[in-house]
Parts: sequence; C-alpha cells; structure tokens
Amino acid sequence: MNMSNPMIESTEIPEINYESVKRKQRIRTFAKGMLFLLPSLLLFGVFLFYPLFKTLYLSFFLTNARGETTVFVGLQNYLGMFASPIFHQSMKSTFLFVLYTVPTTIIIALFLAVLANEKLKGIGFFRTIFTSTMGISVAAASVFWLYLFHPSIGFINGILEMIGMESIGWLTDPKWALIAVAVTTIWMNLGFTFLVLLGGLQSIDSYLYESADIDGASYFYKLRRITIPMLSPTLFFVITVTIINAFQTFGQIDILTQGGPQNTTNLIVYSIYREAFTNYQFGTASAQAIVLFVIILIMTIIQFKLGERKVHYQ
Amino acid sequence: MGYIELMDISKSYNKQSDVLNGIDLQIEKGEFFVLVGPSGSGKSTLLRMIAGLEDISGGTLKINGNIVNHLPPKDRNLSMVFQNYALYPHLTVEQNILFGLNAKKIDKATQKKRLLETAEMMGLSDLLKRKPRELSGGQRQRVALARAVVSDAPLCLMDEPLSNLDAKLRANMRIEIRRLQKKLGLTMIYVTHDQVEAMTMGDRIMVLNDGIIQQVGEPIALYNKPSNLFVATFIGSPKMNLGKAKLKESNLVIEDVFTIPFNHEQILAKFQNRQLVVGIRAEHIPHGAEKDGVQTVEIVNVEQLGNETLISFEVGSKLWTAKWLGQWLVGVGDRVPVQISVENMCFFDEDTGNLIQAATSSLKREVVAI
Repeated sequence: MNMSNPMIESTEIPEINYESVKRKQRIRTFAKGMLFLLPSLLLFGVFLFYPLFKTLYLSFFLTNARGETTVFVGLQNYLGMFASPIFHQSMKSTFLFVLYTVPTTIIIALFLAVLANEKLKGIGFFRTIFTSTMGISVAAASVFWLYLFHPSIGFINGILEMIGMESIGWLTDPKWALIAVAVTTIWMNLGFTFLVLLGGLQSIDSYLYESADIDGASYFYKLRRITIPMLSPTLFFVITVTIINAFQTFGQIDILTQGGPQNTTNLIVYSIYREAFTNYQFGTASAQAIVLFVIILIMTIIQFKLGERKVHYQ
Repeated sequence: MGYIELMDISKSYNKQSDVLNGIDLQIEKGEFFVLVGPSGSGKSTLLRMIAGLEDISGGTLKINGNIVNHLPPKDRNLSMVFQNYALYPHLTVEQNILFGLNAKKIDKATQKKRLLETAEMMGLSDLLKRKPRELSGGQRQRVALARAVVSDAPLCLMDEPLSNLDAKLRANMRIEIRRLQKKLGLTMIYVTHDQVEAMTMGDRIMVLNDGIIQQVGEPIALYNKPSNLFVATFIGSPKMNLGKAKLKESNLVIEDVFTIPFNHEQILAKFQNRQLVVGIRAEHIPHGAEKDGVQTVEIVNVEQLGNETLISFEVGSKLWTAKWLGQWLVGVGDRVPVQISVENMCFFDEDTGNLIQAATSSLKREVVAI
C-alpha cells in the first residue's frame, strides 16, 4: 500500500497546463519581437504610411493655398486629371523617358562592367572613373550638363559646329529637350548601375570560366551562357531600381528645363511639384501622386512575376 | 619518351620567389599519376600549368610529343575536374554535360549519342533534367566526372575532386574513378593532399613540398623507402615514428632512452660519426616477446579500432605509436613490453634529412610478395 502512494503522486505532480505556459511564452516572444520592430515601424509610420494615407485623403478634396481641405469632391480630381491634355502629355513624356533611360543605362553599365571586370593593368583607375558619377549630386551634375548643352557657348554645340553641323537648342527645342534630359540622367545613373553590376560579375565563381576555357568555349559563348545567366539576379535588381528611379526623376528637370519646352519634359513628379507648389492645387497634385504610386506598384509586380521565371538564384 | 613531359618547369609570381622549382617529370600514357603534398606545396599550381590555366614561368611542357607552353587550354586536348565541380548552377545536368560539346559546335546527333553513353556509364540517366542544386554531393561529383568523360579527351586532370565528400562516399568514389580511368584508358593526373587517396589510387605518386619534388615512385616504394624525412612522415597513417639516434660502440641509442644492440657490420661504417634519425613504422613495433630489443614503455594513449589497437608512448620528447593487430585490453598508464628491432628501421641523416639506409626487412618482404 505504502509502495503505491509515491507512484500515484509522481504521476499527479507533472500535471502542468502546457497550453497556457506555451501561450504565455508566445505572447512574450511576440512582445519582444514587436519591441525590436518598433523603431522602424515608428519611422515608416511617420515618414511613409502617414504621408501615403494623407495623400490619398487629400486627393478627394479641394484645398486652399495652405493645403487645408475645403470641399470634398470625391473622384473629381481624378476625372479632371485624366481629361487634362497636360496630364496626358506628362504621362507620355514619363513613359518615353523611362524607355530612353532604363535600357540605355543598363546596356552601357553592363558593357563597362564587363570591361572593368577583366584583369588588366590599371583597371582600378577605370573602375574609379566609371563609378565616379555616384559621388556627384544631382544639382552639380545638372549644372555641369546645363553648360554642356548651352546653345552658344556649350561644348556639345561647339563640336557640332566644328564638324559642320547646325547647332541644336538642346534644352529649348521640343524635339530634343527630353532626349537631353535623358542623356543627363543616364550619365548620372551610370555610376551606381555600373558598381552593382560589377559587384555581381565579381561574385561569379572563376572556376566556371576556367572550366569553360578547358571546354574551348569562345568569349561570347561564355558571356551568353555563363555571365548573363549568372548575373540575372543582379540585373533584375538593377532594372527594378532604375525603372523606379526614372519614374521619380525630379532634380535634373527642375534645373535644366523646368518642365518645358511645351511641357515635353514635364515628367510626372515635376508635374506633381508644379501642381502643388506653383498652382497650390494640393488635391490634384495628390491625385497624381496616387496614380504614380499605382503605376510603379503595378510595374514592380509585373516585373517580379516575369522575373521569377527568368532569374537564376543560386 | 613519356606522354607528358615536364622539363625544368618553374613558376614564380611577379618575378619573385619561386612557387615551383625545377620540376622534371615524365608521365606515361594510360598512367594514373598522383600529385600529393600539403597545402601550399604548389601541386594545384602545377596541375593548372599543365591545364593551361596558369602561365609557365620557365621550362618546357610537352604533351604527346608537342611543346604546348604557348597553347590555350582548349588546344591541349584535355579535360579537368575541379575541387568544387564548377557545375553551372543555372543549367540542367544534361546541359552541363553537353556544355563543352556545344561550345565546340559538335553536331546534335553525336552530342545525343555521347550524352546517353556517358549518362548510362555514370548512372545519371534519371537525373538529366535536374539542376545541380537538386543533387546530392555524390551526384554532383558524378556530373563533374561525366563532363570530363564526355569530352573524349585522352588526358584528364583532377584537382582534389573528392575533398568535399564525406568519408564513406569518398571511399566509393576512389574506386569508381580508378575503374573509370582503367576502362577508358585515360591518362590521369590527380592532385590531392590526402596521402590515403594517393596511396590507394596512384600507379605512381609524386610528393611535392615547398615547390620541390621530394620523391617520385610507386606507392609501396614511397612507403618502404621514403627518400627523406618529409616523405617518411607524410606517407602512411599513423605517420612513421622518428627519433634521434647515435651509435655508441655496438649499441644504437635512440633519444637517449632506448639502447639497442647493433651488429650489422657491413653498414656500420656508413653510420660512424653521423647524427642519425631512425624511423620505424607503427606496425613494426609489435608486443615484445623475449628477444633482443625488447623495451618496456608506459602507455599514454590507446585507440581501439576494432581490428587493431593503436598504442602511444613517449620516447624522450617524441610520441611514438605502435599498431598491434587485434584487440588489446590495455589502459593508459600500463607498462607494456614492445619490440624495436634494427631491421625494421629506416636511417636518415639528421642534417640533410635524406635516407641513408632503408629498413632491411622491407627488402625481404618485397621478395616474398612476388
């Protein structure tokens, strides 16, 4: 009898409510996790989420010059915007601008990166040069190009005249203004794109190339079958970032053309800026900003859907 | 004349100190030749020079009678297997195997035929559509081998191909590579840092240290007659037991601990007035019976391997190991008799490290084996 007692007790003692203990532990880890997230949540909240919702809210209102809401107009801002020829022009310019800048930037940067990845004497110098535009601010670069494009004393027109061609009003001719701004942008973005692509190239295992050398693969066969596929994650990243950047171009427009001539360089972000801070139409400006947000979101989603199939992550 | 001839090959970077120096070597057709040495000995560099991936700083390299110093890798008609396999991660097994044939623009029908033969031989037929990341280590290794086989090159270079595999798989692959080489009649140059691989696979072995050839020969010859102290300690596991020795009258004194009677008149003269190092293999130190040269030692470590027992004991400042067949139930601190006999000893010159006299018993055994 006495013998059986401790046995019974010992089976009763470990009756702990595991569920409630686990729940408590889960709550504690969750709280800890949130604590770690808090700083970034706070920053995102103040600088991203609040402005986003405020913009959405503003886009349904008319405002006074100080940006305070006056009349609720529903979707009127959007409808008016889509009917406006200036907005059409702005959208057209923006898409053209993206089309001009993104592929050109990436092709040139890829070409330079492939060159700079070769093991040659003094290649460090060229790598520095190719990356150097990263260190130049938008304003400085724009002023620099402003002088290059200058109709009478500009370097580019000087060359054109020297080879016997007519000078071009780069920033004043509606046919050329967007191209001129695109050239400036390509030049400015080249440094970053080059650097990222070079990094991607250098992380490709050299054994792959040596093995291909032994197999007798030609330079272009290696480029096509090894370099480009192995670089695809980097290329994908660079394309996404460059597209988003192109949609958000502002600084060089403001300095070079102020959206002119005839609104040909009035890209969407510049248009938003003008609408809000020149015309004091915060409502329509907000509506445009929302449209830009949706466009970039859709472009990025499409890219990820397409990219997933083509990109080889290791 | 060998199939591959290296004449006074040397390698230096930036015209500074030599990584490899005065390499003279001939490799016969159909031979399995192993380059072995510790890391940094220059063995991989030598292999890459033969492949054409590194420039040759000095000397002449001939393959099949032709000087190839100036030729790029693709014109040397060879294949190579890399340590990390160098598989293309974005291509399937099939595309990986056919990469080289594609690059050489060989027609599709031949490609298909060779692919199927090779895949069949390497047991890869069911894996052709997979990507390398979906394969196990052993399967990846097989794909790397298949790439070398499919190229039909008569010379195959391997750079530590088994070092990323676990021990069991490594033992299997050793046999498979050896069989493949014999079946296809390949000339193989195989680099490894693992002396077990070198011993088990090579027809001949070259031991390299600090860019200088230490010894070239058949595995057993290297084991029995190591030409210097480096080879003696590098080849064989556990490594050869070494100890400084002196002749005192007709006794050999090892590390001032063992005194062994020495009555080999004919070689006595060679040893007079020289600082010696004696070397004795672990399996040549049996449990002592009542004969000459029995010493009593205190055990400091015991390793039970099941079929044999490794017993470590101190000899002066050195730790020696004896290998006894079977299972011996001895413990640390026990005092046991061991037999150390002169005919099992190799004698080296202490200053130069070179062999003076190989173990006389090994000469006898060779005769028995034949």
